[in-house]
Amino acid sequence: MSEPISMAEMITLTIDGAQVSVPKGTLAIRAAEAAGVAIPRFCDHPLLDPAGACRQCLVEIPDAGNGRGFPKPQPSCTTEAANGMVIKTQATSQMAKDAQEQILELLLLNHPLDCPICDKGGECPLQNQALADGRANTRFDGVKRTYPKPIPLSDLILLDRERCVLCARCTRFSDQISGDPMINLVERGAKSQIGIYPDEPYDSYFSGNVTQICPVGALTSADYRFSARPFDLTSTVTTCENCASGCQIRVDARRGVVRRRLAGENAEVNEEWSCDRGRFGFVSGHQKDRLTRPMVRKSGELVPVSWPEAIEAAVTGLKRARLDVGVLTGGRLTVETNYAYSRFARAVLHTNSIDFRSRSQSAEEAQFLAQHVAGRAGQDCVTYADLEKASKVVLVSFEPEDESPMVFLRLRKANRKKGLKIVTIAAYASRGAAKMGAELIPARPSDVPQAIRDLDIDKDAIILAGVPLTQIPGSFTALADKVAESGARLAWVPRRAGEIGALEAGCLPTLLPSGHLVSDDASRDEMSEVWGSRLPSTPGLSALELLQAASEGNIKALVTAGIEARDFLDPDAALAGFEKAFVVSLENRMSDVAALANVVLPVDLLETTEGTFLNWEHRVCPVDEAVPNPRAAMTDIRVLAALAEGLGKDLGFRTAAAARIELASLPTWTGPREPMTPVAALEPGRSIQLVTWRELLDDSRCLDGADALLATAREVVARISPQTLRDEGLATSTYVRLTGTKGSVVYPIRVEPTMVDGAIWVPFNPHSWRLNQTGLGVGANVILAAAPAPTKEGE
Amino acid sequence: MTDTLTPVLTRNWGQPRSWVLDEYRAQGGYEGLKKALTMTPTEVMNEVKDANLRGRGGAGFPTGMKWSFVPQDNPNPKYLVVNGDESEPGTCKDIPLLMASPHTLVEGVIISSYAINAHTAFIYIRGEVVHPIRRVRKAVQEAYDAGLLGKDILGSGYDLDVIVHSGAGAYICGEETALLNSLEGLRGQPRLRPPFPAVAGLYASPTVVNNVESISTVPSILAYGKDWFTSMGTEKSKGFTIYSLSGHVAHPGQYEAPMGITMRELIDLAGGIREGHQLKFFTPGGSSTPILTPDALDTVMDFEGLAAAGTMLGTKAMQIFDETTSIVRTTRRWVEFYKHESCGKCTPCREGTWWLAQLLARFEEGTAHEGDVDKLLSVCDDITGKSFCTLAEGAVACVTSAVRNFREEFEVGYHTPAWEYLPYAKSALFPVAQDDLEVRA
Repeated sequence: MSEPISMAEMITLTIDGAQVSVPKGTLAIRAAEAAGVAIPRFCDHPLLDPAGACRQCLVEIPDAGNGRGFPKPQPSCTTEAANGMVIKTQATSQMAKDAQEQILELLLLNHPLDCPICDKGGECPLQNQALADGRANTRFDGVKRTYPKPIPLSDLILLDRERCVLCARCTRFSDQISGDPMINLVERGAKSQIGIYPDEPYDSYFSGNVTQICPVGALTSADYRFSARPFDLTSTVTTCENCASGCQIRVDARRGVVRRRLAGENAEVNEEWSCDRGRFGFVSGHQKDRLTRPMVRKSGELVPVSWPEAIEAAVTGLKRARLDVGVLTGGRLTVETNYAYSRFARAVLHTNSIDFRSRSQSAEEAQFLAQHVAGRAGQDCVTYADLEKASKVVLVSFEPEDESPMVFLRLRKANRKKGLKIVTIAAYASRGAAKMGAELIPARPSDVPQAIRDLDIDKDAIILAGVPLTQIPGSFTALADKVAESGARLAWVPRRAGEIGALEAGCLPTLLPSGHLVSDDASRDEMSEVWGSRLPSTPGLSALELLQAASEGNIKALVTAGIEARDFLDPDAALAGFEKAFVVSLENRMSDVAALANVVLPVDLLETTEGTFLNWEHRVCPVDEAVPNPRAAMTDIRVLAALAEGLGKDLGFRTAAAARIELASLPTWTGPREPMTPVAALEPGRSIQLVTWRELLDDSRCLDGADALLATAREVVARISPQTLRDEGLATSTYVRLTGTKGSVVYPIRVEPTMVDGAIWVPFNPHSWRLNQTGLGVGANVILAAAPAPTKEGE
Repeated sequence: MTDTLTPVLTRNWGQPRSWVLDEYRAQGGYEGLKKALTMTPTEVMNEVKDANLRGRGGAGFPTGMKWSFVPQDNPNPKYLVVNGDESEPGTCKDIPLLMASPHTLVEGVIISSYAINAHTAFIYIRGEVVHPIRRVRKAVQEAYDAGLLGKDILGSGYDLDVIVHSGAGAYICGEETALLNSLEGLRGQPRLRPPFPAVAGLYASPTVVNNVESISTVPSILAYGKDWFTSMGTEKSKGFTIYSLSGHVAHPGQYEAPMGITMRELIDLAGGIREGHQLKFFTPGGSSTPILTPDALDTVMDFEGLAAAGTMLGTKAMQIFDETTSIVRTTRRWVEFYKHESCGKCTPCREGTWWLAQLLARFEEGTAHEGDVDKLLSVCDDITGKSFCTLAEGAVACVTSAVRNFREEFEVGYHTPAWEYLPYAKSALFPVAQDDLEVRA
């Protein structure tokens, strides 16, 4: 039913006496839904291939559309609707009703009556359908099968086998949707059960989905099990903040505490899925280091003070710095909050030195973003649906399974169902690439610009560019040229949820909101008019320039929001800047930056605020307040308004709602865009080049406290081609020492046959194996040496 | 009486070393293949079609027609798969055939593959029967060495590879789509149809799945002609077939006879019911075909005759039980088998056989509750017509037909254990202690 109805041939059939028209190929159970008839089911799931296993959805078909009927009840989940077919469900057919009651009685034969202690009790399809469609009593008085319980499928997912009705939703999900067939049915008959291979846990990035689609309480997650009753939960529909996919999620809170998150249903974005990071990575704000009171540094120590005193201290510091200020907003804020910072920097602090990129960055990237990504206002943006229809999708230094899991699922689906051709310009064929059926264009970082230029694509192709390109000079130039030459469409998929919003809100030194340019007088005037303040025309400094200038004493004050020094490629250099400047840190948890700050202003967690994210498609994804804020924190916008007031200016709004209204009223800049200054690619050289990206589960502080989730993270290894291993004299080594300008890290070696020669891949920031101890990034020339096994993890 | 028998498939079983290529050839083996290779594939297919050979694996679907369903314009390779997963209680025709004359099958495989333009054929044999598997493997090797398999068979330009695959011992893998799953290395569970194997079977390519006996019958049709074949049998069930008689007859074994022989004749051929006893009931075609009683002795043993009697020819496996046998115990043993072999995919079969087995245990132990006979039938009704494949239908058929014919004996289970009502030692063919027979299945 995902195909547009107008595209498909329609057929008409009769269900319980009512006529309904559906596209040819529709299953009877879906046709019944279209007619408003719910047929009970367990194994059926609209996004999984039909199984016909549970037999709960049996219906009577007195006429298959050819004048002849079926003498026996038929499963509506595997029967294709036909023109002229007559279907009688349990509502109008005794045969169907009897069959369904019989199947339910059989299903309950071996199912324990433990609803009062089962996590699913209260939201259980088996419980609901047994009540709605089953008999009141069972005639079974024999022995039920029992098992020791529960058994872990992974550190995250637990299985209570006696509750399982063997619908195979979980195994079909893991196989068909996520491509991780790590769980399967084992044993036979009534002893059938879900199992894993010995010592191979179900460590899929998408494992949490099986707990949600399980129609009984057989699959539960370690972190939610026994922690709440469904009917005690208050649900809020909102957007996940863990990446730029923009998944709709449902947040369930019990007495003001978020207990779990579920995938929401948004057919256009995440369909009905979520990744495990989005589902389980929400407890970082519940840790002990949550900031609850404003603090000011006195005699070298941060001490709690009142809000007025803290605001006063911040204002004093900012006044003293005059124009030598900068604003760092990170990539995790809502559009509204980003917009407040943007206006605060320009109209209150009178500086263009604002940057959301607390990560590697380049001027080439900033130009590219201004030229090709910002100021689209949702127009002509690549969407998930577009990906499925493309003639080809090209991934450039972009690993969807790690960086945008929903893009990964959508591409895998399109490849599996429609044969979408996917190519990836990467150093090796990752597991994610294999699961999408992607063809590898092997490239060392220095080869990427040329690989882009060599692409064979037409105007119906789509290029997805990843954040690591920032570290590859010439790559954005090549992308811009390729798009101009081929007419192909292009989307930039950042890692963080707030980055597209930050762009549109103008959190770049060169960029004002809605694509307006600092460098263009007319453009700047449009924004001056809205803000009622003359805006600075002096180009601002980027994040790295700001920190450099701060460490040299040329920037005297920094306002930061959700920044970690270790987000930067060289954390020590960043810290040097933060140490020297007067730092006003708006934070919700203690961080390495807040610890150095002069004023710390506690702000809300996302779960206690409202606003919007723009996902990578530039789609508006609403964020709603899931729980009331019981603490003394304020929203960023409220704090900025107070700071503005202290500085004698008016921010213009004090709530996200008001900021949103102002943002919506902004004209989109339609004038000339700043042309890109071509940047040359690096000479390949003969050194070994470093390739790295952030895996989905790493030591991100957003995942703090999600211990069960982190236990499913991928094994830390360095991937090297067999040839390079021989060339580097590592053929017999088990460990490799990777040495950079600042230090070295030792990794276990994994021979990767698809790895391009002359390169090494390591994950960016796994726990205890921190690459940025070496000061190296993508494309850096590295020195490899054999190393003994580390005495303790990560040395 | 020997006139009644028509040994074709079983003809060489008594010869010394009948499984060796030279012996097989000495008996006229591979003549059918030589003839087939002078014909076009379509001519071979039509010969089998016109002979009206019907599948010997149970369902009786016309073999030639099955071959004609293979879409020859499909660009994928075509496959022939031989179903040798013989596991039904009572059924024992394919395994002895593979043991005694594997070349009959190999020859049939070559001719049949030629007819459907397959260049790879698979022989899937139940994994427990190690010795027959060895014989078939050896026969295939001999055929390769003799130029009967591989490239350019007998100079005809036709190529064929044969792969002998041993299953892992699951009754469900006799179901053709489960067999294909198993062959592909997947879990042996039946697949959704459509697509049917003829269109998208093994590795999603057009596939014909035929029983060992069906394929083994093909060489004789080619060698002696369709008219010879259709001269035997009844109007709609042509030719000869192997009837397997086991149980309380004087001489159990394989009896190859024309379709349409009666049960009375077959029992006579087997020397009658063991001395001093009378027939109580029998299965016509394995445990999944509803049982019959002595009043059906004159039923014609072909597809139509048994269908008219409310049962099925099935695999022509007659299990014969005399009056000493407990129907309750027998039924329980069968149901325990189906419970054990249910693949677990669908609810009615998985849970229903679990329940039936528990109910039947109470009948055998004499602890059934008043009304349990009706409950038993009701549970059978819960299962009937709702399962994914026909395994459950077989499990139910043996129960319902047993109750239909011997309801009073089941009702004895309300108060008396079956072993007291009909002491088991009396039904044993050899002296045995009663205690040894009171085994809980």
